[in-house]
This record gives sequence, C-alpha cells and structure tokens, in this order.
Amino acid sequence: MTMTAHQETIDQADQPLLRVRNLSKHYGMITGCRDVSFEMRPGEVLGIVGESGSGKTTLLNCLSGRLPPSQGRVEFNASRHGLVDIYDLSEPDRRRMQREDWGFVHQNPRDGLRMRVSGGANVAEPLMNLGRRHYGDMRQASLDWLNRVELDLSRIDDKPRTYSGGMQQRVQIARNLIHAPRLVFMDEPTGGLDVSVQARLLDLMRELVRDLGLAAILVTHDMAVARLMADRLMVMKSGAVVETGLTDQVLDDPQHPYTQLLVSSVLQI
Amino acid sequence: MQQSKHNGQAPSIRVTNLKKQFTLHNQGSIEIPVFESLNLEVAPGECVVFVGDSGIGKSTLMRTIYGNYLASGGCVEVQHDGAYVDITKASPHMVAAVRRRSMGYVSQFLRVIPRISTIDLVIEPLLGNGVDPEEAKSRAVSLLRSLRLPEALWSLPPATFSGGEQQRVNIARSFIREYPVLLLDEPTASLDATNRETVVALIKAALDKGAAMIGIFHDQDVRDAVATRHFDVSSFKMDMESAA
Amino acid sequence: MNAQANDAALTATSNSPERYYTYGYLDEQTKRMIRRAILKAVAIPGYQVPFGSREMPVPYGWGTGGIQLTAAIIGPDDVYKCIDQGADDTTNAVSIRRFFAKVADVATTEDTAEATIIQSRHRIPEHPLKDGQIMVFQVPQPEPLRGLEPREMETRAMHAYEEYGLQYVSLYENVSAFGRIAATAGYPVMVDERYLMSPSPIPKFDNPKLHNSHALMLFGAGREKRIYAIPPHTTVRSLDFEDYPFETQKWEESCALCAADDSYLDEVVLDDQGQRMFVCSDSHYCSDRRAQGFRGPMAGHELVDIDKGAGQ
Repeated sequence: MTMTAHQETIDQADQPLLRVRNLSKHYGMITGCRDVSFEMRPGEVLGIVGESGSGKTTLLNCLSGRLPPSQGRVEFNASRHGLVDIYDLSEPDRRRMQREDWGFVHQNPRDGLRMRVSGGANVAEPLMNLGRRHYGDMRQASLDWLNRVELDLSRIDDKPRTYSGGMQQRVQIARNLIHAPRLVFMDEPTGGLDVSVQARLLDLMRELVRDLGLAAILVTHDMAVARLMADRLMVMKSGAVVETGLTDQVLDDPQHPYTQLLVSSVLQI
Repeated sequence: MQQSKHNGQAPSIRVTNLKKQFTLHNQGSIEIPVFESLNLEVAPGECVVFVGDSGIGKSTLMRTIYGNYLASGGCVEVQHDGAYVDITKASPHMVAAVRRRSMGYVSQFLRVIPRISTIDLVIEPLLGNGVDPEEAKSRAVSLLRSLRLPEALWSLPPATFSGGEQQRVNIARSFIREYPVLLLDEPTASLDATNRETVVALIKAALDKGAAMIGIFHDQDVRDAVATRHFDVSSFKMDMESAA
Repeated sequence: MNAQANDAALTATSNSPERYYTYGYLDEQTKRMIRRAILKAVAIPGYQVPFGSREMPVPYGWGTGGIQLTAAIIGPDDVYKCIDQGADDTTNAVSIRRFFAKVADVATTEDTAEATIIQSRHRIPEHPLKDGQIMVFQVPQPEPLRGLEPREMETRAMHAYEEYGLQYVSLYENVSAFGRIAATAGYPVMVDERYLMSPSPIPKFDNPKLHNSHALMLFGAGREKRIYAIPPHTTVRSLDFEDYPFETQKWEESCALCAADDSYLDEVVLDDQGQRMFVCSDSHYCSDRRAQGFRGPMAGHELVDIDKGAGQ
C-alpha cells in the first residue's frame, strides 16, 4: 500500500460513503427489515450479523439496488453523481453506478459467475463493461488479479465449473475487485467452504480490503468471520437492528439480550 | 516508584465519574456491579499501575477506557490529534481512529489470525497507518530480535506457538508503533526474566518519549520497575444496592 | 408494400387452386401486422421488433421468419430469388422459391442482379446489391447476447441502455482459446453505432457487405418472433478488440470451377482418399463466371456435369 492511497482514505473519512435512513421493506404483511439507519465511511468494513431470517439478506438487497425498499432512503456517494439516493437515479444511471462503483460477492459463486465462460473472461468482464477494448491489457489485468487471489494461472482458461468451491469463490472475488470499486457487498462469502479454505479466503479478503482502502458490507451469521473482517457490527433480529458498535465492543460487551445470546452461542474450540 | 519528567503537561487520559456494570439478560437479567464514581488522570510520561485484588475490575476498567467495554456512565477522554475525544460517546469511526493512531492496547492473549505469519502480524498496525512495508519489516525484525523470538518462527503463523512466544509477538505488535497512550494488560505474564527485562526496557523507553501508560502487572518486579503511580480500583467498588 | 397490386392479382387468378389461400399465403391482417413491424424495424436500425409470428407450412428452423417477411412484402411484379448457403438449387431454396411462385404468382430467378427480393439462409450473394433490392434473412436466434445472458429481461435492458460489454466476453474467450477471434458465422455487429445485432449465421466474410449496403436488409426470426432491419446506407461495424482487429476469412485456393479468388469458398470432399476441392458457395456467381469463360483447375470435373444434368 502506498502512503498517498491511505492519506486519501483518511481525508475522505469525514464524508459518508453510504447513508441509510429509516429503511424498511415489507413483503405484504411480512416485514423484511424495518427502520434501519446507519452511515459508512470509505475504507470501512461493516458486518451485518444475525441468524437466518433476521432480515440480513433483505437489507443487503435493498442497499445494493436490487430490491426497492418500501420506505426510507439509501444514499451513496457515487463517483459520477455525489451523494444521491440510488433509487432516485434513472435505471441506466443506477446500473452504471453499480458497474463502476460497486462489487457484489454472492454466497454461491454460481450466482456471481458466468459458468459458461472461462475464469479469465469472468474476471475481465467488468473491464469490458466499463468500455475497455484492448484484449492484451485486459488479459494482463485478469492474470494479475488471479495471481492476487492465488489461483493457479494455468487454469485461467478453464470453465469455473471445473474449479473447486474455494477457487470459484476466489475468481468471484477477483471479478468483483478488478475494476477498483468503492464499495463491495458480500453475502456470506465464505459460507459454503470448509474451514481451511475459509481461513485462507478471509485472510485474502482482509488483505485486499486494507490494501485497496475498500469499503465493504459483509453479511454473515458467523461471529468469527465478523470479528476477523469487520470494523463495525450491526446486529439484526426480526428485521430490526438491535445493536451496533465497534466489532470488539459488540462481541466482548454485548448489551442487547439477543446479542448476548448470539455471542454466547458461539462454539469454542 | 519512578518519577516522570513530563509532569505538568495536560493529561493524556482523563476519566471522570466512570461507572460500569454488566447486565446478563439471559440469566434473569442479573446486574453485576463493577465500579462507579471513578476519576483518573494520566499525564504524558506517567505509568499508572492498577492495583487491587483479582476480580475487582482492573481489566474491566482498562477495557472500558479502550472502548472495548461500554461505559454505564461517566466519560473517558483521550488525547487525539491535539483534542480530547470522549471514548464513551464518540462515533465508532472516531474510536477506531483513536485506536489506530493514538491509543494502543496490549492484552494478555494474542488474537491469532489464521494463516498470517508472525512478521506480517507484527507490521499490521504500521501498514494500517500507511507506513512503507519495507520499513515496517525492518522495524519488526529488530523488535523481534530484541525480544529473542527465534528467527525460524517469524514466517510461521503464531497459532501453535507457546504462551510466552505468543505474548512476545503481541508485545512486538503493540510497541512497533509509538502510541501516545498505551494500555498494558499483563504483558509480561508468561515471560521469563530476560524477556521481562526487555519489555521493561521497551516500556521505559516509551515513557521517556512521553507516552502515557496504564498497566496491570502481577509481577512485583516489573511493577516496581515501571510504575510512576499506583491506582487502587477497589476504592471505587460499586455496591450491589447502588447497581440496582 | 404492394397492396393494390396484391388485390389485382387476387381477382386475376381467383379461379386457380392456389387461391384457396390469400395472396402470399398469409391473411391480409397478418401481413399488415408484419409490415408495421418492418416499418418500426427500419426506423430503428438493428432493434429487434417483436411480432406475432404465425404457424407456417414448414417447421420452425426451416425459414419461417424469412417466409413471413417475404409474404408480407411481395407483390406480383417482384422477381424472387431464394438461396440456401449461397446455393439456389438446394432442397430448401427450391421449395421456398416454388412456394412463392405458387402463392404470389411471382417470377423467380437465380440471377442476383435481376431479383427484387432475395431470401437467404446464411449468405449474402457475391454480386453487389443495388438500390431497390431487398435481402430477407432467415434468423434462428436474433439475440446476439443470448449465449451469455439467458434472461430476456436483462438482454432487453442491455440493449436499451447500450450496455454491450458482455458481447466482448465471447470475443475474449475466442482470443484466449485460439489466439485470434475465431468466430466465423453470426459475428456480432453494431448497427448505426447504436444497436448490437446478430447478422444471422452468415459467415463473417459477408459482414462488410452489410455496411452501407444499397439494399434493404430484413431479418426475420419465426420461432423467436422478432423482426429487425438494416436500412440502406447504414453504418455496420463488426466488433473487435483494439489489438485484435476484425478480419474476414481468406483462402489460399481460388474456386476450382470458376477460378474466383474473391468469393466465399466451400470445401467439398471428393472421395475417401483425401481429395477435395474448393468451390464458390454462391452457385449463381460461379456459374455466371463460368458462362463468361472463367475456368478453374477442375472446370471439367465429373461432379460439375452431374450438377449440370440435375439443373436441366
């Protein structure tokens, strides 16, 4: 990491990258999430924890422009528009912002990769989507990134279905970082992986997030993953945020009964 | 007891009327009182050592100052970029910034990160502050050498290290940056005499440079070597009645 | 397009058995619907216009889109040519040509220059097209992005917002697998620098003929129910990379029968000893040249005589 990149992160730290206000999503009578408000700064990793059904994924979908909320605002500091409610943008503007400023890492790599094209092309695609038209440059960029996520480079032209789950997930991460996004959404990125692969991937993601000064929203039900990755935690229960704070504070001195239960339920090795 | 040559400067830490109690919601909402009406100031160059029986709340106080535990009342102000930041009320971003640049914390236990080598773990606080990796590495090497951690271990993740080895990694990680405020929670617990002396030397050097420190040391020799003042936490003990 | 002429033709031959069908086989309402779709397609070059594709007397995949287009625009004064892979004399081409001779009372021809409507499966004739001519293409899959993006909603949005990065993924795959853009047919093009379009499975050799063509190009996909068009004199650019520019196929050989070195060649295996020949895929172009006296190295080959015998 260079001095200047980091300096920039610090200078921008006063301006929110994402500002969410009173966000609610109802599915008819059912509440997906309710009255969620928070702010994020550049370079910050926010963990959203809670058990399944607590509204984490609904919230993530609302935040990432995939699911219009029933009420509330999702304001993002977009590189082309400044701080705007993403749902006020026209659809093409929003899609362009998603392409340029965001990444989305799915729990299941099959949801985030094109399984019919090679790993290399999957990684290079975001560059093509941004209008890059030089094959050699894009090839080099995708090689660099596959190297960075520790993928065997001889496999670059193989289809992702021939990769192991951990490899697929690393390709997905490369694909979502190659265009230098400002914010990456991660939905249980290590969910389906065995522990050794999970550890390697977490370590990799920590490193990338720090080196790139990237902001990330990480949805997980795994407290250990949250502790390792997140600067700050948001605990959700029944669609509402019941507790927020610095990760170590929330996990070491939880205040809400639900958080206390959640933390005490973690298995110790 | 040591004398500080930085006396007269504004305190680096100012704790006012601090109160802490735990509420265990899943065990019938019982309240566990710890301390209340606690006041403390620590000036640059001072090393205030917490004393009192075990279980009295020394670690809890230290963690509350660090923002790891949430205060139940009162405030904890820490010098950060020339102004006081109240840790108990500051935004998480602010607390994170204070911790990154102004206030370090050495716990008894090393939080091991899977797959990360010892040396990378040690230089991490520097990288987080934008120091060049090469320079960070050379600082880490001299620190680990002075702590007599075998060079063969440097490239290994410390998960399988002995308690003493892990603790030295932890110390290196905390002293690699010169934090203006440093909280030490039993940093010498499982060290042998030689290494204890090294740590004492590190602490003294930091005090000389004007760091403000709070320490918990069970070891009498270390305590005598570094303490400029004792602070008895038990005198602020909260009664069961006042907690309710 | 020739509505009044159609009416005239209808009454003139109303006693013939073919008149159990409406002129041009399709009923007038259907033809109007298709013409409206054609007008929209011409107005928005390269845009896929949905239309109510009808059941035709041939199965999907045999040219139902092209037949419906032709049926909607043909009139008795048209001269109709139909080719399949460049050849006028293959089963499918012959059947469709006879079909329109019957249901539309049109003159038919094999001569590219003489024809007013040329229906084609997978080729554009070598003879340059001229003003007033209409090419009708039979299209199996109108959506160039479909192979990479299965969701219709998503591909429609991509067209609407001109998000065409994805198409380059297929070119990227080509270069990484073969060291060059190896795609040979159905090579994607940008029409009027706005819409990405599949030119139907014509060889990329024919792509340059789409650019600024004098003829109107109509594309019909019967099964997929889409019509699109390239009006005359429209910019058509084949996609490529900066470092891998678009190239057409080239052959070392020239046509074994007519010696043409500027036409699209088919490779014909002659026996199981490995003998083969290259001949023009455009059968009329080849016979025309031979009539003009051009002779290739295998001009007197027995297969050519068989071919002639069948033609007569």
